Amino acid sequence: MAFVNWFKRNVVVIAGLLTLAYLLLPNVVVTVFSFNRPKGRFNYQWQEFSTDAWRDPCGVSGLCESLGLSLQIAFWATLGATLLGTMIAFALVRYRFRARGAVNSLIFLPMAMPEVVMAASLLTLFLNMGAELGFWTILIAHIMFCLSFVVVAVKARVMSMDPRLEQAAQDLYAGPAQTFLRVTLPIAAPGIAAGALLAFALSFDDFIITNFTAGSTVTFPMFVWGSAQRGTPVQINVIGTAMFVIAVLLVLVSMAVANRRKRQKA
Amino acid sequence: MKTTEETTTAGGGDVRLTGISKTYGDFTAVHPLDLTVPEGSFFALLGASGCGKTTTLRMIAGLEEPTAGTVHLGDQDVTALPPYKRPVNTVFQSYALFPHLDIYENVAFGLRRRGIKSVKKQVEEMLELVQLGEQARKKPHQLSGGQQQRVAVARALINHPKVLLLDEPLGALDLKLRRQMQLELKRIQTEVGITFVHVTHDQEEAMTMADCVAVMNAGRVEQLGTPADLYENPRTTFVANFLGTSNFIEAEVDSTSGDDIVLKAGGGKLVLHRARASAPATTGGRILAGVRPEKISLTHADDAGDIPDGRNRITGRITESSFIGVSTQFVVDSPVCSDFEVYVQNIDRDARLVPGAEVVLHWNPDHTFGLDAAQSLLAGTVGSAGVETAEEEVAR
Repeated sequence: MAFVNWFKRNVVVIAGLLTLAYLLLPNVVVTVFSFNRPKGRFNYQWQEFSTDAWRDPCGVSGLCESLGLSLQIAFWATLGATLLGTMIAFALVRYRFRARGAVNSLIFLPMAMPEVVMAASLLTLFLNMGAELGFWTILIAHIMFCLSFVVVAVKARVMSMDPRLEQAAQDLYAGPAQTFLRVTLPIAAPGIAAGALLAFALSFDDFIITNFTAGSTVTFPMFVWGSAQRGTPVQINVIGTAMFVIAVLLVLVSMAVANRRKRQKA
Repeated sequence: MKTTEETTTAGGGDVRLTGISKTYGDFTAVHPLDLTVPEGSFFALLGASGCGKTTTLRMIAGLEEPTAGTVHLGDQDVTALPPYKRPVNTVFQSYALFPHLDIYENVAFGLRRRGIKSVKKQVEEMLELVQLGEQARKKPHQLSGGQQQRVAVARALINHPKVLLLDEPLGALDLKLRRQMQLELKRIQTEVGITFVHVTHDQEEAMTMADCVAVMNAGRVEQLGTPADLYENPRTTFVANFLGTSNFIEAEVDSTSGDDIVLKAGGGKLVLHRARASAPATTGGRILAGVRPEKISLTHADDAGDIPDGRNRITGRITESSFIGVSTQFVVDSPVCSDFEVYVQNIDRDARLVPGAEVVLHWNPDHTFGLDAAQSLLAGTVGSAGVETAEEEVAR
């Protein structure tokens, strides 16, 4: 009876914890197996604890090169998509022009199109143009498919912005450039940041489109896929865990900074 | 930043609008308008939503480009200047405080944009003036509505504009706070001596605060004057109804003698001074005689003999009475007007004045005003076209 009562009182918490566990279990597995010392080439069964892979993350040939390339592409794709996407978002919200409605819905099209179809079409396009497949074709493709997501994220923010704020800035002696830098941009910043993060994540782990447009270039997701055919090195788990930990740390640091700032102000 | 310095040093603080108008496609928001706001005055643009008062204000601020006409500040033609080069500042409806900046930086914004380096002293003084020194490091959303309103005023005033424009600044506050802020704004205006142009739909607010009120209706200035002048001498039924309550009697001009016009209405005679008739009176012509409810005395029909001679009088029967403390408000049905409103001060209450009682209404002829009979009696009343006093005007 006591247990039933306890259960009733905590059922929401229990359900929440179970869902969270469900969500994070893959990460736990990746992390645990990054400390494995597998027998043979496949890292699918737990054998014994070891930090070998952590001490030599680049020990597998080609892994760190592919990781570097993926980070590079993700960086430039984020920059390009965020810049263009922010401008598109502002244009769509702020200006009335012919075919604005059409553009508004066309923006969503790349998100709705199956990725494989888009990847195949891109390959056809690049081949017909005689483009050499590699870094640049990957980058062009990544900026393209990240754009829609950035536009959506930034647009939501810009739409909720009171146009009177910019008028107030102008009324207080800020010219157009100052108004944009001091008022518009800071207020739109959370939307732009969200769009950029999304673009980075999408670009970094994209496999399908990259695989079609890469030629002989190998990005990190392609490396993982390729090596999975022949055996999975523990280093893959190490990289995966490290990325996860870095992301979590970044979130924690930004939360701590925001908290401290709030406490200082109050 | 040189241009700003130049504009702020040009002499004179009058605002002069000459033939200014604004049209959006087929819709005319403001018809060609001439208006002069004298330097140092507290000027109110009063009207219902959609009457063009906010558009007029925004044209002074430079946020709206006039379709025709010019805007002068003192001797300077500012019509072609963008808002950031005009020596005017605005307190926006709903304040438009910058949400990402704290109160201090909000107030310092204008100074910083003009390249002024040491803003600390000025900002602190200004925050003291509006009693927000303690809140300097808070964000706008952490303040109450009244506090935000004061920040908006401080943010504008710190720039020492030639003219401060206020767009329904008290619209979002509750009644009590609004009364308090009205006095506060009036105090600040007297203290700094800057010209204030205040847009409002609240006639009481306009009358308590402003030295001069322009009543706007459908893109035109209906009448301009001091609050007392507008109240005592309305020239249209719109003004008569929009500012307070008026009773109208449709009358015929019986005769004219010297300075007086004698009117005939429902068998009785009323006297109207010629100076107070805003429509030409020719014998046999029609005129609207108006009188404010508080000018009228009520006497029970049995005592009709006690009423002194020379007063305008009308007979009627009380249909409603409501006691509201300082006064009692009666509605009287009379042959010339079916719902005559009468406010009687509660000094010596006559117990016989209850619904159903036959009464005589009488007032000093000095308090009668005459209007052109060819207009709607209901113009400017709540519920008539264009008047939704409870709603905020939507900024274009």
